[in-house]
Amino acid sequence: MPVTVLIPTPLRKLTNEQDSVETSASTIAGLIQDLNQQFPGLGARLTDETGALRRFVNIYVNEEDIRFLKGTETPLADGDSVSIVPSIAGG
Amino acid sequence: MAKVLGLRCRECGQEYGVVPNHVCEMCFGPLEVRYDYEEIGHRISRTSIESGPPSIWRYKDLLPIDGEPTVGLNCGWTPLVRAERLGRELGLRNLYLKNDSVNHPTLSFKDRVVSVALTKAREFGYEVVACASTGNLANSVAAHAAEGGFTSYIFIPDNLELGKVLGTLVYGANVLAVSGNYDEVNRLCAEAVGKYNWAFVNINLRPYYGDGSKTFGYEIAEQLGWRAPDHIVVPCAGGSLMSKTYKGLNELAQLGIIPPVKTKMYAAQASGCSPITTAIKTKSDVIRPVKPNTIAKSIAIGNPADGYYAIDTVRKSGGWAEDVTDDEVIEGIKLLGRTEGIFTETAGGVTVAVARKLVEQGRLPADELVVLAITGNGLKTQEAVTDCLSQPMHIQPNLTSLKEAIGLQRQAALSV
Repeated sequence: MPVTVLIPTPLRKLTNEQDSVETSASTIAGLIQDLNQQFPGLGARLTDETGALRRFVNIYVNEEDIRFLKGTETPLADGDSVSIVPSIAGG
Repeated sequence: MAKVLGLRCRECGQEYGVVPNHVCEMCFGPLEVRYDYEEIGHRISRTSIESGPPSIWRYKDLLPIDGEPTVGLNCGWTPLVRAERLGRELGLRNLYLKNDSVNHPTLSFKDRVVSVALTKAREFGYEVVACASTGNLANSVAAHAAEGGFTSYIFIPDNLELGKVLGTLVYGANVLAVSGNYDEVNRLCAEAVGKYNWAFVNINLRPYYGDGSKTFGYEIAEQLGWRAPDHIVVPCAGGSLMSKTYKGLNELAQLGIIPPVKTKMYAAQASGCSPITTAIKTKSDVIRPVKPNTIAKSIAIGNPADGYYAIDTVRKSGGWAEDVTDDEVIEGIKLLGRTEGIFTETAGGVTVAVARKLVEQGRLPADELVVLAITGNGLKTQEAVTDCLSQPMHIQPNLTSLKEAIGLQRQAALSV
């Protein structure tokens, strides 16, 4: 069972309006590379020129923020669910 | 001529039309409203504002709506209180409180942002409004939805104070108590916003919603006789009030309505959730999200969306940041109550306690004009102080019992 990635609205133009795609990548960094191959241009939306995640991009593996895990080196296993979410204001 | 030109990404500058969208497709940066200040300058003056209603709508020309306000007509224009007794306790001779704990109708500064957001929701044609909230926003969206005849869906963490839950349900809202903290509620709503055609005030309406907070700055300046204060201490959750208050002051200066702004801005957080103040105090360029653990639930946001802009505001204004323990928060609530007769919620306790620290550090000078942002009402978070107050004196309905009780109370006071 591959890893499922939930695609947020702002990226769906690049994924032919699919709100969920699959990857077999084994880390978040690999996932971003794979998404960029499947959907050219998507990588640049998530990472800056240096390859670092943009500061308003939040990525969650099974509902946990990867900044509480191992960042872009966070490992992925079959069946994991990954969410990409813009920052949300409020209070 | 329209005064609103469109939306623009705060990160990369990409421009968008006047649409219900909050995030840049190119870089995920937040979008903000772009105004035609030349056009606004032709319309607005001290006189035009002063002849407006006693509400946030006296600044209508600076708010992102096209027509007339339709929701929240009585919001804002809260008291700016001269706080001499609290000032004496803190060592400040020129202290004021901007008291949004009595904002109409739900007793927090959130009524400002929601009035603007729901007026905009109506302009966009929405019939259902929603939000993710730590409580105050929930109360305000539910109340204004009732006023405006919208259906509402309110998402809250399932551990909120009872007062904030009741104060949402009473307005007939559909309340979803999510098993998780606020950041988890937010993530769920971010995913839901693509599935439902609802106006999530803090998500797809965020650019418009956020600008409601500018009125906090406008009112402070007008109530001080058209000038900006020397210092403002602001509690930070997502961080939006900080940058929008400052933006409000600077817009007035840009339009020539007040002199140039030299106000220093200070961020206040609880130590149990202090990603913004920690970044400022450690001079870090990166905000490290945290998992909140504090009684100041209304500002317990571990992943603050506007955190970077709050930090920029503090730094460029020459201000600073501090955070305080839960015990200090309670002391802050009690101090404000016994010196000024104002019962604030935990976020207000954070602000008062942080102000004390900033005075001790010499950052708030005794003779300069200081404003503390009191953003919410203590009746909503009674649990926080229930076990920290003295008890009533129980007596019989006769003078002997009264005399005995007063005697005991005086003895107790003398022995302290």
